[in-house]
Amino acid sequence: MIECTNICKTYVNGDVETKAVSGISFKIDKGEFVAIIGPSGSGKSTLMHILGALDTPTSGTYVLDGQEVSKLNDDELSDLRRNKIGFVFQAFNLLPRTTVLRNVMLPLLYSDTTDEEREKRARLCLKYAGMEESKFLNLSNQLSGGQMQRVAIARALVNEPAIIFADEPTGNLDTKTSKVVMETFRELNRQGHTIILITHEMEVAEFADRVISIRDGVIEKDVKNVHEH
Amino acid sequence: MVAMDLLKETSSSLSSNKVRSGLTMLGIIIGIASVITMVAIGQGAQSSISDRIQSIGANLIIISPGAQRTSGISAGQGSSTTLTLDDATAIGSGVQNISGVAPEDTHRYQVTAKGNNTNTQVTGTVPSYTDVRNVAVDMGMFITEYQQQTSAKVAVIGPTVRDDLFGTDADAIGQTIRIKNIDFQVIGVTVSKGGSGFNNADNAIYVPITTEQHYLSGDTYVTTVGISAANATIIPAVQQDVTDLLLQRHGILDPTAADFSIMNQADIIATASSVTGTFTILLASIAGISLLVGGIGIMNMMLTTVTERTREIGLRKAVGIRKLYINLQFLIEAVMLTFLGGALGVVLGWAAALLVSKFASLTTQISLSSVLLAFGVSAAVGILFGFYPARRAANLSPMEALRYE
Repeated sequence: MIECTNICKTYVNGDVETKAVSGISFKIDKGEFVAIIGPSGSGKSTLMHILGALDTPTSGTYVLDGQEVSKLNDDELSDLRRNKIGFVFQAFNLLPRTTVLRNVMLPLLYSDTTDEEREKRARLCLKYAGMEESKFLNLSNQLSGGQMQRVAIARALVNEPAIIFADEPTGNLDTKTSKVVMETFRELNRQGHTIILITHEMEVAEFADRVISIRDGVIEKDVKNVHEH
Repeated sequence: MVAMDLLKETSSSLSSNKVRSGLTMLGIIIGIASVITMVAIGQGAQSSISDRIQSIGANLIIISPGAQRTSGISAGQGSSTTLTLDDATAIGSGVQNISGVAPEDTHRYQVTAKGNNTNTQVTGTVPSYTDVRNVAVDMGMFITEYQQQTSAKVAVIGPTVRDDLFGTDADAIGQTIRIKNIDFQVIGVTVSKGGSGFNNADNAIYVPITTEQHYLSGDTYVTTVGISAANATIIPAVQQDVTDLLLQRHGILDPTAADFSIMNQADIIATASSVTGTFTILLASIAGISLLVGGIGIMNMMLTTVTERTREIGLRKAVGIRKLYINLQFLIEAVMLTFLGGALGVVLGWAAALLVSKFASLTTQISLSSVLLAFGVSAAVGILFGFYPARRAANLSPMEALRYE
């Protein structure tokens, strides 16, 4: 599913070169639930941006679902994200003053699906993400944090992606809501979705089956989690 | 599908942020409306000035008697009595390229009618006066050639005189007025020229010049002779011919010792065009400053609102929308805002100009060019500064745009 070989990313700021990721290689198979964990500044966010096709590596190869990503241009990256990737962000990133349904339908804009089809899919995904139907027409800014993240999860699901990336999805939520959201991810994984979770909290990473620890731009550990529950 | 999506997306984006869209449009509306109103007021003033100047007469040359000199002491221009009706007749038959000659003998008299009285200027003149001095008759008729030859006791009165003697807008035709205890029958009322003050064309009475000389002044002199040249370009030539003829008739060899003076409308027009020239500069600066202020306002609104939406643009990119569609959406939003705001601004500016002319009794004149200029500039500024920051944001990587503060 995902295969990256010796990925490096260097940021140049004036004369200063910063190596955020220096030579990372791993494989992730279909249906896995992987947590990438590391302290801030470890390079995990940069890695996630590369894996999520939001950015391209300076060197190394990255193959997603049989497609070489590192050589794609801006529009091809957009198409790849649209067809294969769903994102859940820490800050939710919903369109303000816009209904829940419209937010979920956002990734389907400019595609050749009909309005009815889009709405049907959006409703299905919202239910899937555990959103109450009575709130589908509410404006996004009237929701609680937990509800917003459910809408964001539904939005990530709506284009039926091969992979879901969750970047600190519980960072803005309280402990109780975090737990519910993480249970939702577990459930999605159980139904066959491949999920990659980025976090700095070990408790959150516990929900995944495999934990890749990153420090100073390289992989420190890559271990399987044994779930008691 | 794409076109429909773009339309729905832009209209929902504009309507879900009513305050933002409203404020942006307000900037555009005020910018455009102020330019249109200012220019309308300015141009109205300009055209009313040139109308007033045109109403003096068409290609007019005015001859006045010269100063009377007694032992080197001048009594002032027009004080001598050297111009006669014969001089006027001689000019009419002896000078080329003249479309009309109108001798005038003007004095002030007390005029009474039906127990009302007024003191006004009574001008003895000839039928061609209407053409030479741009006087039009509102009701009745002007003096005829027959009345002029027979010294008929008829009078054409100005609207101010009519109002003073007979009451506002009364029917004065056929009524009798007394000038110097002689009865005159009113045969016409002139159209108002809207003048005011000492030399007011509305506050005047016109009688045949022969009647005036026989019954009122009792002499054969005239106070001025108005000549209308065939066109504006030959005014200097006509003026020279008239001068030569009069010098010869009066037996004067030295032109500097002439016992008359000649003034033409070109002098007046020269003064007037310097006035209108100043006006044009004033207008251009008002329009320019209004456009600049309006344009900067529009630019600010567009730059802030679009820059504020960098994160939204980042999100759209992150979920896989191509940058072409993002650019198009923001372009259409900018076009919609500027055109809607522009249309409202034109309507508002128009209404404001109408209100000014109605309540402040200032002439306003809305010009198409000012509407197009105001609309064009604000649309260009709005679209440029609505589109440019969006394009810049869409070119960022999605993560950079999402992290934008």
